[in-house]
Formats: sequence, structure tokens, C-alpha cells
Amino acid sequence: MGFIWFWLVAVMLVAYVLFDGFDLGVGILHPFLARREEERQLMLRAIGPVWDGNEVWLLASGGTLYFAFPLLYASAFSGFYLALMIVLWLLIMRGASIELRMQMEIGVWRSFFDGLFFISSALLAIFFGAALANVIRGVPLNEDGYFFLPLWTNWRVGPEPGILDWYSVLGGVVAFVALAVHGALYLAVKTEDALQQRARVFARWAWGVLAALTVISLPASIIVRGDTLVNYKSYPVTFVVPLMVVLSLVCICRFSRHGGDRMAFASSCIYLSAMLVGAAIGLYPRLLPSSGDAARDITIPKALSGPHTLHVGLAWWALGMLLALTYFVIVYRMFRGKVSLDSGGYGH
Amino acid sequence: MTALLLHRIHFAFTVTYHYLFPQLTMGLALLIVALKTVALRRNDQRYNEAARFWARIFAINFMIGVVTGIPMEFQFGTNWSQFSRWSGGVIGQPLAMEGVFSFFLESAFLGLFLFGEKRLSPRAHWASAFMVFLGSWISGFFIIVTNAWMQHPVAYRVLPNGVYEVTSFWGLLTNPWALLQYAHNMSGAVITGSFVMCSVGAFYLLEDRFPEHGKVFLRVGVIAGLISCVTQIFPTGDLHGRYMARHQPAAVAAMEGLFSSQRGAGIVLIGQPNEEKQTIDNPLAVNDVLSFLIYGTTKAEVQGLDRFPRDQWPEPLPLLFYSYHIMAGLGTYFVLLMAIAAFLLWRGKLFQTRWVLWPLMLSFPLPYIANTAGWMTAEIGRQPWIIYGVMRTSEGYSKYVSAGNGLFTLLGFMGMYTVLSILFIVLIYRIMEKGPLPGELGHAGKHASLTFA
Repeated sequence: MGFIWFWLVAVMLVAYVLFDGFDLGVGILHPFLARREEERQLMLRAIGPVWDGNEVWLLASGGTLYFAFPLLYASAFSGFYLALMIVLWLLIMRGASIELRMQMEIGVWRSFFDGLFFISSALLAIFFGAALANVIRGVPLNEDGYFFLPLWTNWRVGPEPGILDWYSVLGGVVAFVALAVHGALYLAVKTEDALQQRARVFARWAWGVLAALTVISLPASIIVRGDTLVNYKSYPVTFVVPLMVVLSLVCICRFSRHGGDRMAFASSCIYLSAMLVGAAIGLYPRLLPSSGDAARDITIPKALSGPHTLHVGLAWWALGMLLALTYFVIVYRMFRGKVSLDSGGYGH
Repeated sequence: MTALLLHRIHFAFTVTYHYLFPQLTMGLALLIVALKTVALRRNDQRYNEAARFWARIFAINFMIGVVTGIPMEFQFGTNWSQFSRWSGGVIGQPLAMEGVFSFFLESAFLGLFLFGEKRLSPRAHWASAFMVFLGSWISGFFIIVTNAWMQHPVAYRVLPNGVYEVTSFWGLLTNPWALLQYAHNMSGAVITGSFVMCSVGAFYLLEDRFPEHGKVFLRVGVIAGLISCVTQIFPTGDLHGRYMARHQPAAVAAMEGLFSSQRGAGIVLIGQPNEEKQTIDNPLAVNDVLSFLIYGTTKAEVQGLDRFPRDQWPEPLPLLFYSYHIMAGLGTYFVLLMAIAAFLLWRGKLFQTRWVLWPLMLSFPLPYIANTAGWMTAEIGRQPWIIYGVMRTSEGYSKYVSAGNGLFTLLGFMGMYTVLSILFIVLIYRIMEKGPLPGELGHAGKHASLTFA
């Protein structure tokens, strides 16, 4: 049961990164790719009907984590208190900026919310990357299974780390670039003409940075946590996942050079999934490792809910996911194709 | 301030602010479905225009409801980690189900409802409105199930490692407390929706702008308002109160300000609880009524606070007493106002009767106050327990999050919500100013927003 729920939560988080990842990426690129008001509107319209649903994956995975692994939820959420609160504020600002921008026909108003949209999207990408890096690095768990991390200490990966240290900042930068590329590839699919050209050019240029960062992040992870490779060594078949990372990176590059926008976006999805799954394999069966004594690691058996909870959960979870996927298919089909500026509704 | 008090204020502030928005959207969602239904049945364009106008108001409220709702789910872990650690296997379940069954539904169909009117057939557009209504009401249900378990824990056991587990999933979902509370709460949301709709309608009539739409708003608002105001008291409030008297007698004693047990207990309409002397100052009371309301006979004995040890009294007690009395007092006023309005509507005189239009226009803040006071009654009444009779609130908060960090984020939320409130008021004012424009696109269409709102 623990194995199943570990991977179900992982799958939901991957879905979150793939879906909300591209609209975070669009937010990061918003001030750079759009030059005119119409282009800014087009970029927002490309994510307008779907961003809110994409974000639901975060809530749904949070809830699932809560009931499947209550100890992890309690420990991690209170331990990363400050970072999580900042994430909440960023989510509020981002949601507000997307929705409020078009409410007024005042240039300053729109520019302000454009700026807020960019800043909140960029910082969210960085924080999510840093969060994953924190989980990989481990935290100073006490005997109760709790910890409390300040935002930063001395930027070193020592026994008293902060939420931000050199490794988690690296994780944040990787996420920032990866989601920017993901967003650019999405825009290349959804837009036309100059905007599409700029998105393609950006993706090609940023691809090199992403490849370099990916190559750096792997040895960095091994330096920070020597035991990252234990699972890989005992199950060599899992090396397929890092291989997928490399292959998908190559595919992103090839497809985007030859105008295969959809395939390039699909490759980016595979890249992000493989990166996350790769981290999950390194982690398993730990959920939140201790940076000190390994006996304090929060592991699956320690944090797992009772058996009846999990059995019933499996039934409704499967049904709920089926429904959710159905809605996603409906919505993405309704709004498929290139975005344009003529209104589909009655002026909301 | 102690860390415990800060964490309590942190949750209370963020949830109180949050619930200002869902109570309207849940109520409006039903009323929008009603408007769309009439539009479809009678092919009356005024009703479609009215639905579009309210969809704009809905969208802004929904957006703020969403962004202020995310912190609620997170705070169980950030500020109440001890509580979450032990009870997550039970209450994490309805919270996760809310995300999986409701938020996906709502977000998908709200997109279709707001963007898709031209792409969808009228029936399909009606269906998208209905799905938004369904999603928001399912969401409310799962939240009430969560809260009801904290109020009245059922269908669980404690595992050897101290973790709580659901023993009957069905039992959790059909907790009698949850069903009663849900009925009472949703009826309260419809009251808010109706009063806001009536208020805008009365404003347009008194101002003589968009009078045709104003009449539509009033007609739908008054009918829904009368029904929901009556069901709020009977049967939902009545049944919920009696059930509460059986399972949380200390809370009911404190709500009513009943310090000592009495046969033929009277009901205090107004007064100030004096905890030191254990009396009500300046009471205005009616004999025997409380016994009758709870037990159906004027002779029955009602347990007072003297039956409970001091460390099981809800606190802050005066706030509980006032919350309950404000809720009940406003609820009575709502029935009176809506009964008069409905009578005049039936006689065809409402639209000319200015002395009723004025209170209808001015009363829109009151349901917000009543709903908030009702929730304060429920939540303070549950104290000093976080899970009634099982876990104390003082055992539930995050021990390792200091008061300083709690205050930092509380101030952050206060600042952010102040800004949100100002933006909200400006935008609602603009929507009211533009009004429900007749015709295909009106001038709202020229600058149509590209996103939700």
C-alpha cells in the first residue's frame, strides 16, 4: 500500500508540474516575449481557461499527501513554514494578477499586474525547485519527527541548513529555466507569427542553459547526498530514467529546430517527468530524509495512514482521477488550436 | 501573545475572510442556474443578460475565494501540525476529496461557463452553469464533513501508533452532524446570494437605471430569499440546535448564557455575560422558552455551565454568547423582511414600495455578518477542543512554529487581504456601474477580458 500511495502522490505532483509548469513558464516569459498589448493579451489568453484547473493539481496532491502520509504533511508543512507561507502569498498574487489585469483599461494598472504576474511566476518556479532540493538534501529532523528551517543560514549544506543554500538555489534555478523552456514550447504550439517565432528562438537559446544545468545538478545531488544512487545500483533498470532525461533533452532541441512544436512540447513533458521520477527513485522509501541521523528519516512505513483509510481512498481516488481527466480532455478540446483575440464569451 | 492564541487568530482571520466569498458564490451559483433555467424555458433574454451580469460578479468572488482558500488547506499542516499528524488519516480524506471531486469540476466548467457561451448551445451553456453550481456545493459538503468530524467525531478508531483511522467511510460522510450543518450552512449561503441580488435590484430600481433587470433580480432574489430564510430557522437551525444540545451541552449552555441548570429555562434575548459573577447583566429574557425549544416541553431541565468543569467551558465565552445572539437576531429580521417583500411581490406592489426597497438595498452586509457569527458560534462552541472531547486545541498547534513566525505571517495575510479587499470593491463598483447591458455584446464585449474575470 505504501508503495502504491508513494507513486500515486508522485504522479499527481508530476501532473502538477507538467500542467501548471507551462503556465508558470508563460508567466516567466510574459515581459520578454510579448512586445505589444495584443501579444500580452494573447499570452494570457493561451493559459486563461486552463491555469486555474492546472493549479488544482497542487491542491489535490496536497490533500492526497495529507491523508496518505499525515506525519509527512505535518512535519514538512510546519518545518518549511516560512517558505510555504511565501508560496501561498505568491499564489494569491499570481491568481489575482491574471484575473485583475483585464478589468481596467488603464495602462499603468495593466503594467503593474504584468509585473506582478512575472515576479510571482518566477519566484514560484524557483521556490518549487528549491523545495524539491530541500527534500533531496534532507532536513534536521528531531526525535518527534519535526524540524523548523529558517529561510537561510550560511548557504552551506551543513548540519544546520537553511531552506536556501547553494544546492537548493541550484534546484530553484534548474526549475526556473526548465519551466521557462516548457512555457516557451507551449507558446510555440498555441500562438502564431512573431510571438511564435520569439518563443521558438527563446527555447533554442535557453535549451543550452538547461542542458548545462541538468548536467551540473546530477553530480551536485550525489555530493549532497551520497546515498542518492543506492536504489539505482540495486535496480540497474532504473537507469532508464536518467537516460530518458538525456534523450528528451536531445529531442527538445531537435524538434524545436525543425518546427515540430508539439513534439518538442511533448519532449519537454517527458524531460520534466523523468527529472521528477528520477528524484523519487533516489528518495524511495524515504519521504523526507534526515540531514543527520538516518534513523530519524521520515519513511513510508512511519508516515503511512491506517489500512482502511488507504483502501477506501484507492477506490474514490481512481474514480476522481477518471473524472478529472475527463474534464481536462473536454476543456483542452474546447480551447484547442491557436489562440486569437476574438472573444468566445460575452465579455467577462 | 502566546503561540497557541496566535495560531488560533491566524486560522480564524484567514478562514473568516475566505468565507466571505464562497458564501456568495455558492448562493449565487444556485441563483444563476435559476436565471439560466428561466431564460431557457421562456426564451427571455432579460434573464440571460441577468445571468451574464451575475456571472461577472461571480467570477471575481470566485477568484478571491480560490486564492484565499488555498492557504486554508495548507494551514492544517503549517499551523496545526500536531492535529494533522494524528487525525490526517480521517480529515485529510474529505479535504483530498474536495480537491479531486470538486475543484477539478468547478475549474473546468467555470472556464466553459465564462468563455464558452458563444461556442456552446444554450442547453450546453446551462449545463456548464449547473456543473459550476454542483462543484461549489460538493466542495462545501466536503468542508462541512471535515468540520463536522471535529465537532462530533464518528466512525474512527485509534491505531496502536496513535494515528486516527476511519473505520467506516460511509459513516464519516453521513455523520448526522455533517448533514444538519450542511443544510443549515448552504441555506445560509443562499440567503447571502439572495440578499446581494435583491440589494442590487433595489438599487437599480431606486436609481431608475436598468429597471427591467432590477425587477428580474428582485423577483428571483425575494423568492429564493424567503425560502432560504425560512429553512434557515426551520427545519435546519432547529434540528441542528437540538442535536447540538444533546452532543455539545456545554456549548449550548454558553451560547444561551445559562450558568446554572434550570427546569423551565428561559431564553435570554439580550444581555451581557458576566463570567466572574456567573450571571447575565441586564437580561431581557422570556421564561420557559429554552426548555421548550430544545426538548419540546416547558418543564424540561436544561443543563447549565455549572454541570461542567471550568476547564471545559468554551472560551472566549462572551464572544460565543454574542455571536450566537447576533446570528439568531439577524435570522429573525431576515424572515420578517423577506416575508414583507414576498407579500408585496405577490400583490404586484414591491417595485413601487420604496420603504421596502430601501431596507432591501441596505441589508446586504447583514447575511455576511450572520453567516460569520454562525461559524463563530460553531467554532468557539467547540472550544476548548480541536476534536470535540478527544483532543484539546492546545495540543493541536505546531509546537515548532514560534509566536514570532506566526505573527509575521498573520500580518502578511492581513496586509495582502486589505489590498485584495480594496481591489475587490473597486471592481464590483465598476461592474455595478456598467450594469447588465442588453444586447449581444454591449460595450463590455469590446474590452472583453481574456481570462476568467
